[in-house]
Amino acid sequence: MASVGKIARRTFLIGSAAIAGGVAFGAYMVNRPIANPLLEDLAEGEAAITPFVKITRDGVTLITPRADKGQGSYSIQAYLIAEELDMDPKDTIRDPGLPGPAYYNAEVMAEGSPLPAYDDSATAETIRSVLRVVPKLFALQMTGGSSTVPDMYEKLRHAGAVARETLKQAAANRTGTPRSALRTEDGHVITADGTAIAYTELAAEAAALEPITDVTLRDPKDWRYLGKPGLTRIDMEPKCTGAEKYGIDLAFDGMLFASICANPGIGGALERYDASAAETMPGVRKIMAVKAGNAGVAVIATNTWYAIQAVNAIDCTWVAPAYPASSAEIFDALEAAVDDPETLDHRQRDEGDVEAALAEGAVFEAQYRIPYLAHAPMEPMNAIVRVTDARVDIWTGTQIPLFIKTRAAAMSGMEAERVFVHVQPMGGSFGHKLEMTHVEQAVEIALSMKGTPIKLTWSREEDMTHDYPRPASVMHGRGKVKDGKVDTFDISVSQSAMAPGWFGRLSGLTIPGPDATITTGSWDQPFAIPNYRVTGYRAPDMVPVSSWRSVGASGNGFYHDTFLDELIHQAGADPLEERLRLCMHAPSRKVLETVGALSNWDGPSMGENRGRGVAFCMSFGVPTAQVIEVTNTELGIRLDKAYIVADIGRVLDPRNVEAQLFGGLIYALSHAINSELTYEDYGPVQTNYHAYEGLRLYQTPQIEVQVLEEMPGIRGVGEPGVPPAAPALGNAIFAATGQRIREMPFNKHIDFV
Amino acid sequence: MRLTVNGTEHEVDVEPDMPLLWVLRDELNITGPKYGCGIAQCGACTVHVDGLAVRACQLAVGDLADGAVTTIEGLAQPDSLHVVQQAWIDHQVAQCGYCQSGQIMQAAAFLDLNPEPTDEEIDAAMSAILCRCGTYPRIRAAVHAAAAKLQEG
Ligand code: FES
Ligand code: FES
Repeated sequence: MASVGKIARRTFLIGSAAIAGGVAFGAYMVNRPIANPLLEDLAEGEAAITPFVKITRDGVTLITPRADKGQGSYSIQAYLIAEELDMDPKDTIRDPGLPGPAYYNAEVMAEGSPLPAYDDSATAETIRSVLRVVPKLFALQMTGGSSTVPDMYEKLRHAGAVARETLKQAAANRTGTPRSALRTEDGHVITADGTAIAYTELAAEAAALEPITDVTLRDPKDWRYLGKPGLTRIDMEPKCTGAEKYGIDLAFDGMLFASICANPGIGGALERYDASAAETMPGVRKIMAVKAGNAGVAVIATNTWYAIQAVNAIDCTWVAPAYPASSAEIFDALEAAVDDPETLDHRQRDEGDVEAALAEGAVFEAQYRIPYLAHAPMEPMNAIVRVTDARVDIWTGTQIPLFIKTRAAAMSGMEAERVFVHVQPMGGSFGHKLEMTHVEQAVEIALSMKGTPIKLTWSREEDMTHDYPRPASVMHGRGKVKDGKVDTFDISVSQSAMAPGWFGRLSGLTIPGPDATITTGSWDQPFAIPNYRVTGYRAPDMVPVSSWRSVGASGNGFYHDTFLDELIHQAGADPLEERLRLCMHAPSRKVLETVGALSNWDGPSMGENRGRGVAFCMSFGVPTAQVIEVTNTELGIRLDKAYIVADIGRVLDPRNVEAQLFGGLIYALSHAINSELTYEDYGPVQTNYHAYEGLRLYQTPQIEVQVLEEMPGIRGVGEPGVPPAAPALGNAIFAATGQRIREMPFNKHIDFV
Repeated sequence: MRLTVNGTEHEVDVEPDMPLLWVLRDELNITGPKYGCGIAQCGACTVHVDGLAVRACQLAVGDLADGAVTTIEGLAQPDSLHVVQQAWIDHQVAQCGYCQSGQIMQAAAFLDLNPEPTDEEIDAAMSAILCRCGTYPRIRAAVHAAAAKLQEG
């Protein structure tokens, strides 16, 4: 196995995937080290010891390639490097870097694993390690799937350590002392006699050295930043002073402002348009039809507001897209597909004998549905593009910079090396910025106005109507109880496929095989029920859909846990006790026990008109339980308290973890209570926040969060707070009122304060 | 047309019905106030006009008259942050941060008028500003902390 060790060392910097999984793969591409992109444009005297650390005479730059959409990824990536580099990240320059293969995300496909996350057997780990290699082969530089921390945890600390040791070697050479006699502190190498040499002073000498890659990572008990309760986000102050610049805030000399109206029927063409009224409006410079992305008409003006006003004055005639026109027709198609053997997509869970169990005696049945949902982050889609004969530059907040680079190269006929994607901080995403229609439109406009930077901003209305929403779906459940226990649990979910359409839009490639997202969050739960089956059915492609915070689990967590709650009540058991009895995964049981203790659980009833609900969902490898307490008042349901317990393995930034968990709960409740996209005439009826209400402060319950660290490894936490919230609320409403709600949003069935 | 923003006078050549928000952002490159909805629903564009919290997407620049505009960029003193900003940092409120200029401007104007607010008053005043990331629990805590600080003097 000597070769494994050697390959390991050689590839660790960028190919740590092979090591993290404990397997070194023989394939050439897999083990071939990927070139360090920072080496390409270094000036004399600058060192880029790894793809993540660049040192010049003027400063130390930390490259944080995973995009920040609010979840704190820039901050935690900087701390991961800084912990080993011995430098306060606040004293460094942070840069997301230009997208390149060295920054591929090994963990992003983990949630698509055919093994449930609670399975930590050797086979499961081997399969996961294979899944880590695929993104490398495709150079999948992507932010998503709560994967930033798991993917970067080793890579970035290792990069910091390599940089530190190489700088020490440079100092050792200079001073003629062995490297082992030197130490580092706050951006300096300290020699035996106490002299401090700044890293920046050593840049030129370090650049001439082979990086020292034989390093040992520090024991977490020696950490100075990571895991400390007082750790603060490095982007906090600029976000509180207005200094933070998002993509939508950038400006360049000579820039013009564009807005667009595209066919609300996504994929449908533009038949004709009449812009005569718009042409003479103030500030308008140009009006043009756009074909890329979604077909539409763009106005280029001297101010975004002029552009939006002129867009609104254009009369467009659209060609219908290839999907049903209304929500009614769409739900008919979803209902038709469920339990139809012809549309069977996958059945990853089938234990006991469900058919036999359901063949005799009384069967409990229930039908559920969830709507399409917009992501609706606060910052609407925007991109700045400048095309010249020499290059294409794109400034935008995005989770998928490499797909954008490839597409812009194809559109412009420019080599990919001449396309530069400058990733900007995002004002939220929730999965919205895993798409690039707006960038394609901006590139097409900029190609027709070479030399002029074009900032395309979607109006909120355009953003809502051209989102690729969370899929709508329906679920049919059947179950039985026996001797006061849940005995048979069988659910069938029907949904249009999500992943293939999305990947096809971005890459032009097709993904064969089943679409796991139809049942992620339901088939993979850590429960042992005697007869237990989860089946996914594939409805026809309809409105093109995409990933929405927590992806499949956003709806399947609701289906699985609510239906389980129904059966538990049928059995006459206590909702928390019975979940604990059925749960066969120790960390998940601990999570449930802890939420019980935190909420002083003593049954679902809390007196007249009051009730509490518990819900559990394991998503992205994180077992998460929530309890919500409600009161049924004369004005409607009031949310009093919420409790969240999650086990994410090792916690790196405690305050941000807490914020992500309660933020996930609030995001989920916003939609569980208030929001849906309904379709008429091929487009959504809800076009702005007045019709798509998020939770407001006055509706937000008091929230308590407790985080456990018993799971092995380390997990991301941007998404796992979402799935249990809707079922916990629904279960609480049942406890308080006896009314079971099986469709989101709940305000279609009950009033809220 | 003339307007005063953060103590500096500017001359702009725009239609009088252009909302103040777009004058600030696209004409003056003052980008702290954000565009979120354009219809007074989200509050991301909130600025102060003569000390009152105003949705800049709703105020035509021609109607500003002599009103002095303060944006988040002009809230702090030269050598110290505003009490509300400091409370926001202490409580690590922001996630994506896109709504936070509006949240902070709303909170600052509100505490100016009502330095000893009750929970209900805080809930009511701050519910005008939407946060899609769900930072509300810390907004609540930070407004309380800022109010306490202001009372200390
Ligand atoms: S942009 Fe002004 S309230 Fe939303
Ligand atoms: S912090 Fe992201 S919208 Fe409020």
